[in-house]
Amino acid sequence: MPKLVITGNYSLAYGAKLCRAEVVAAYPITPQTTVVEKIAEFVANDEMDTQYVKVESEHTAMAALVSASLAGARTFTATSSHGLTLMHEVLIWASGSRTPIVMGNINRAMAPPWSVWADHLDSVAQRDTGWMQMYAETNQEVLDSIIQAYKFCENNDVLLPCMIMEDAFFLSHTSEAVDIPEQKEVDDFLPPFDPPEKLDVDDPKGFCSLVMPDWYMEFRYLMYEAWNRARKIIYDVVEDFEKKFGRNHGALLDTYRCDDADAVLMAAGTAAATCREVVDDLRSKGKKVGLARIRFFRPFPTDELRSLAKEVDSIGVLDRSFTFGHGGAFYSEVAGALYNSPTKPALKNYIAGLGGRDITPNTLERLFEDVLNLPENGPVKEIEWVDLKDAPPSKEVG
Amino acid sequence: MGKITIPEEEYMHPGHIACLGCGGALAMRYMLKALGKRTIVSVPACCWAIMHGKHPNFALGVPLVDTAFEVTGASISGMRAALDAKGIKDVNVVGFAGDGGTVDIGIQALSGAVERNTNIFYVMYDNEAYMNTGIQRSGATPPGAWTTTTPVGTTQDWKKAPKKNMVEIMVAHKIPYTATVNVAFPEDFVKKLQKGKDIEGPKFYHAFAPCPTGWRHPPEITVSIAKMATDSNVFPLYEVEGGKYKITRKPKKRVPVKEYLGIQGRFRHLPEEMIDWIQREVDKEWELLLRKEEYTADF
Repeated sequence: MPKLVITGNYSLAYGAKLCRAEVVAAYPITPQTTVVEKIAEFVANDEMDTQYVKVESEHTAMAALVSASLAGARTFTATSSHGLTLMHEVLIWASGSRTPIVMGNINRAMAPPWSVWADHLDSVAQRDTGWMQMYAETNQEVLDSIIQAYKFCENNDVLLPCMIMEDAFFLSHTSEAVDIPEQKEVDDFLPPFDPPEKLDVDDPKGFCSLVMPDWYMEFRYLMYEAWNRARKIIYDVVEDFEKKFGRNHGALLDTYRCDDADAVLMAAGTAAATCREVVDDLRSKGKKVGLARIRFFRPFPTDELRSLAKEVDSIGVLDRSFTFGHGGAFYSEVAGALYNSPTKPALKNYIAGLGGRDITPNTLERLFEDVLNLPENGPVKEIEWVDLKDAPPSKEVG
Repeated sequence: MGKITIPEEEYMHPGHIACLGCGGALAMRYMLKALGKRTIVSVPACCWAIMHGKHPNFALGVPLVDTAFEVTGASISGMRAALDAKGIKDVNVVGFAGDGGTVDIGIQALSGAVERNTNIFYVMYDNEAYMNTGIQRSGATPPGAWTTTTPVGTTQDWKKAPKKNMVEIMVAHKIPYTATVNVAFPEDFVKKLQKGKDIEGPKFYHAFAPCPTGWRHPPEITVSIAKMATDSNVFPLYEVEGGKYKITRKPKKRVPVKEYLGIQGRFRHLPEEMIDWIQREVDKEWELLLRKEEYTADF
């Protein structure tokens, strides 16, 4: 198994190549560009057998892939930020069409003000589009998640699309050593895409046609059932992947040193990697803390979270985006999932790292201390904006 | 009984839910007769999004995908790429969209698809307004027309802006083949579509398709109105192949534009001087077309 030192963006490109994506449609946007450039290079050098459609917008990229997937092709694209939000309408079309498209999204802040740095609002704003959402912590996980995603998305009991997130620059432009599996290993793991229904001149059917109110709900319910089945299928794929490739990045919720922990911090993306370090540090000082990494935001790890809630006294949720008028999206969903849980740890929301600001070990250490003190300190200020400038270290909101 | 001069095979079956006298229904029927069974169609939001029937009914004999309003050019690009990836070369990929979905909201995706030289057919059935949503003006509505968003009222608020010339927009993209077709001339319609089968790259068709509901005329005169449009030079029949213009019907006896406008309720408010202006514009455009044909004769 060759090991290459590559960026997260190259991990996306290698992932698409190893999975033999038959149709790629993409439009350039910072910081995604090196993904589409690398794929162009693969195609130009005959290293990748794909129809690469160099479209005139992200909206067209996604719309082209929906039709390509309905025609029976395995499809891939990558985008970021404004590109992802431009796709919004067609993202919903993709999931409703039951097309298992896999997409890389480089999490980048939304303007205004202009920013090209890490922030999760772009993908959080796509929460209700019917796409699975995975947040990667390392470049290796980016590559492995693509292989896993095709496997569970294309399962006939699932047939749903998935977006795989990597933080702008922290992963997209930072090189790490990545194990690149042999093509044969991937081929053995991932059979060709063979959907039960497709656009076929020998079996003419209408797709995505009008339904009256007497049937619309049933179509949506079929998707609901597919999502329910997907949870178990994701676990199966993660297990099979580990057997085949020897790596396991967790399933829906990736917990680290949470057994016997008093306080847990939840985070997604690269902030989780820094959390791991801080957890080790604090553990060595005798503090019982752990990390629960949100690997999947959709499907949401509800059961996993309720199990965790039985073990810990307090949970802090770190959001790298903010949903104005309420709170961080991860936090709101964690709180919602725990409402019907028999045990309810103390909860607090930390808003940090918006627009690519560093979330440092020092900051995280302070947050862990804060979470440890939550049960004792009684009523908590629910939402804290972390490390604001020209202001006290924290500001209370709402 | 006369000889049947277009293919007898039907791929549009009873059960479709078009209005009486729908020109768009004829356009689909002739397009499918011309291209045949090995055809896949992509349809955005437009009258045809419902005309083929609601779930679970489907009135066409070819596979079809309904898509969002502005994505026809994108959808057919993706479909062609998928078929190419599978090595399937003998299937016609057709975007079949209304005028609003083409000249307005869908123009970007169409422009992209043809600029990439995608091997597709694109048929714009032009009923000159957003008919499915209830007769709102589009960029293809001709000047002078009443629509529900150019309601004339007490201030002569009819459509003032010119109709976008989609054929010229396509010609400017230097695509291999562009043509106008008209549901009143099925032989010409079918011939031009069939010609496209032998042309690699994008083929664009501007199909004239009267709408009794929106144009305010009786359904039984759809075909005669469509014929008058061509014979008055309001909608000339021609093709542009590799930059070379060829007029495929030169009316022997020109119908005055006033007669064409006069039998449609959507123009009934027009004062005499506006009708004269439209006639002058039509004459100018026809003259220009003749010169293009002449100028490009040796291309």
